[in-house]
Amino acid sequence: MRYFLRRLAQVVFLLIGVSILTFLFSTLAPGNYFDEMKLNPQISPETVASLRAQYQLDRPILVRYAGWVNSIAHGEMGFSFAYNSPVAPLLRVRARNTLLLTVTATLIAWALALALGIWSATSLGRLPDRAISWATSALLVIPDLVLALGLLILAVRSGWFPTGGLVSVGFESLSPLNKLRDVAMHMTLPVVALVLSALPILVRHVRAAVSEVLDAPFLRAAAGHGIPRRRLLYRYALRAAANPLISLFGFSVGALLSGSLLVEVVTSWPGLGPLLVEAILARDLYVVIGGVLLSTVFLVGGNFLADMMLYWADPRIRTEPGGR
Amino acid sequence: MQELLRVENLVKRYAAKKYRAAGEAPGALEGISFSSQPGATLALVGESGSGKSTLALCIACLERPTSGSIWFDGCDVTALDETQLRAVRPKIQLVFQDPASSLNPRLTALEIVAEPLLIQRRFDKREQFEKARALLDRVGIPLEKAGQKPDEFSGGQRQRLALARALALEPRLLILDESLSALDCSVQAQIANLLLELQSSLGLTYLLITHDFAMAAHLADEIAVMDQGRIVEMAAAEKVLRAPEREVTRRLIAATPEFRVAALTPKVV
Amino acid sequence: MVHGMTPLLKVQDLHVAYKLRTGETFPALAGLSFELEPGEILGVLGESGSGKSTLAASLLRLLPPNGIITRGVILFEGQNILEASPRELEKMRGSRMALIFQEPSMALHPAMRVGDQVAEVLRAHESMDRAARRVRTRQVLAALFPSETERIADSYPHQLSGGQRQRILIAQAIVCGPALFVADEPTASLDPTTQQEILLLLRTLRQQFKLSMILITHNPALLADLADRVLVLYAGWAAEIGLTASVLGSPKHPYTRALLRCIPSDYGDNQAGRKSMLPVIPGDSPNLSVLAKGCPFEPRCTERMEVCKNCDPAAVQLSEKHSVSCFKFVGG
Repeated sequence: MRYFLRRLAQVVFLLIGVSILTFLFSTLAPGNYFDEMKLNPQISPETVASLRAQYQLDRPILVRYAGWVNSIAHGEMGFSFAYNSPVAPLLRVRARNTLLLTVTATLIAWALALALGIWSATSLGRLPDRAISWATSALLVIPDLVLALGLLILAVRSGWFPTGGLVSVGFESLSPLNKLRDVAMHMTLPVVALVLSALPILVRHVRAAVSEVLDAPFLRAAAGHGIPRRRLLYRYALRAAANPLISLFGFSVGALLSGSLLVEVVTSWPGLGPLLVEAILARDLYVVIGGVLLSTVFLVGGNFLADMMLYWADPRIRTEPGGR
Repeated sequence: MQELLRVENLVKRYAAKKYRAAGEAPGALEGISFSSQPGATLALVGESGSGKSTLALCIACLERPTSGSIWFDGCDVTALDETQLRAVRPKIQLVFQDPASSLNPRLTALEIVAEPLLIQRRFDKREQFEKARALLDRVGIPLEKAGQKPDEFSGGQRQRLALARALALEPRLLILDESLSALDCSVQAQIANLLLELQSSLGLTYLLITHDFAMAAHLADEIAVMDQGRIVEMAAAEKVLRAPEREVTRRLIAATPEFRVAALTPKVV
Repeated sequence: MVHGMTPLLKVQDLHVAYKLRTGETFPALAGLSFELEPGEILGVLGESGSGKSTLAASLLRLLPPNGIITRGVILFEGQNILEASPRELEKMRGSRMALIFQEPSMALHPAMRVGDQVAEVLRAHESMDRAARRVRTRQVLAALFPSETERIADSYPHQLSGGQRQRILIAQAIVCGPALFVADEPTASLDPTTQQEILLLLRTLRQQFKLSMILITHNPALLADLADRVLVLYAGWAAEIGLTASVLGSPKHPYTRALLRCIPSDYGDNQAGRKSMLPVIPGDSPNLSVLAKGCPFEPRCTERMEVCKNCDPAAVQLSEKHSVSCFKFVGG
């Protein structure tokens, strides 16, 4: 319990730190939302100035930060100039979509990585292992962007998958089952892109962790007691390999999140990615900060989850007095 | 003859709760006092947790005691700072239990033995290697193996290598922390002979730390029995073997299997 | 021990070799033969390079992938182990023949409670339900840890001392009631008093369960009180085999004699010889990859003869239970 609370406290501090930093960087970057307007001859400088005052853009940083924190307390998370609405509701929808994508991709990527990695490790040096190594090397070399674009081209040419968006036109009128199918179809492309980009590293690490455990003395000793092969692999080997793999899981959450931003933009998936890109280009300050903060929450949440899993899986951490 | 080493009321306690397992916590020291004559061998015998290794580390100046003093060659090493200690360190050397992990696997035998000379910046490169070669010869490692790495040596040879390295800086006191325990019987005998020969020719003083009473009985002039951070009995080896006073000592002697087999086999001199 | 019964284990002319990455093979065991009666404790005395760990692994065919049994027969309870299928071997391991490797600290799964690890062995061989397994596990653990049974059963390996871990390994080995128990250096890295306890434990187990044992060690002293017979292993050959009292009390083979002379003695009554040079065996442990023909001990033997270099020594039967592989004893 102490361990849990300590980690939670660390998470909170991290979020506060990130919010301050993002705020700082965004406001220090030259320009603001209304610069574009200044170029428009139809809008008078006074209007621009008064708009700026209205949104408090002429106040000092600390005041603005305090104002922003205050708005979080009200559940608004600042105000979006472009969308002319509080930031929070915007983020909510987009975040949900990103989560949908990332969680699905994480689950599928890990399921595949475990299967392939274990298969590799148990047939070390032989054909399956070498084939998998070759395939993952090839995937590793291809940049994420190229992968996503390649899949997009495939979708366009073949017409098998919709090439953008979350849902088709006329989504509302579909039956619940068909609604599900529709979303799934739209999700396929971005999920495949994400999974393929994450797979190589995951497979390699699973292979390394499992093959190291397979050589361990306790496995040999257990085999000496007649424990059957399957049980040896799943109950003994995997549990022992869990430690490095769970840490990798925390890391992979971060990697998939950052990858998802890119993939979402390319495949027009309405998640945080496109929103952030737009907001950065338009200097929509509070959307940027809100988006970055939310991504951080997901990242940190994933790592926190990994830490808790590690705590549960590795008794050596648990029984150390005082925790880590 | 002036004593080489004198330990007075040495106390070493580790920060509580730093260690988890029953068998892993290093034994604390609760007021150790003894002295050791130059050229002699003092054996510290005890079970794990009795504090023997902690004592070794303190005397080797690798751990700072909580209180008490260690007098080496007339000088209180516990009162010295790091720079002053640098002058003392070469005189006290340690040989560890596991020859495999105490040798750098990426260096050749010659480099391993020359390394202390390199670190202390004594002599030039050529002389360093010459001295290293001489040391290898001294400990009985054939010169054709000088260019090989530790993994090509047997356990006994590795321990010889560790000894050669320890001798590089011409120490006066050699602390042997379970240095023979990981070796086969016949190899233990070889290394024991080597130790005796080095002692008589170089005038070394040994602090032999072991749980093996048989080897202690064979090599030591004096035996100190440790239990739970204290020395419970210390006397000349003959006396401890013939007439042990404390229960701990008697238990250790009774638990030494070598004494039983020796009774079976008539010694062929 | 009952004479005239079929031996529990019969090893005949066992040859085991390891294949190196370069393609060469080097021999680890070269024609080992011995028998083990039910209820008997055989001590295998071997130093590094003698092939003792290879022997332990071969008995259950647990050699690493590059180890090959090139020749020989291993008959256990009448069945030829070398011809058994993997399924049959799995059934045998742990339930009929149990093996304890060296290094108790590494032989247990780091993330599983030790009680569960013992129960796993039961699960692999007996068809009991969970509750029954728990009961049986507790029984075995209670026998080995009379006090604090529950606490130990719920502990993880890193929370136990060396001696306690060794007892857990023994628990795993006996929980299914095997006929043969093979222990490779069961007391290495243990304190002398813990060593004594474990040896006593083994003796009790033999008495209580009529367990046959093969105890492998490099220290002859450990076998003095425990083993019925001793087999002296050198460079993959059996140098000498006989009753403990004969082999350790009046050893015949030059290697055995030289080895026993290396052990420092009691010095309680006779102080002479203390702090003096021990009569050692010159040279190093045998390097099997360069051995040619002839007796493997010949290079280090102080009593060698011309014939020792050229011919492989065969076992000479000195008495009903004592045989030596040495040319000194050929021809009476």
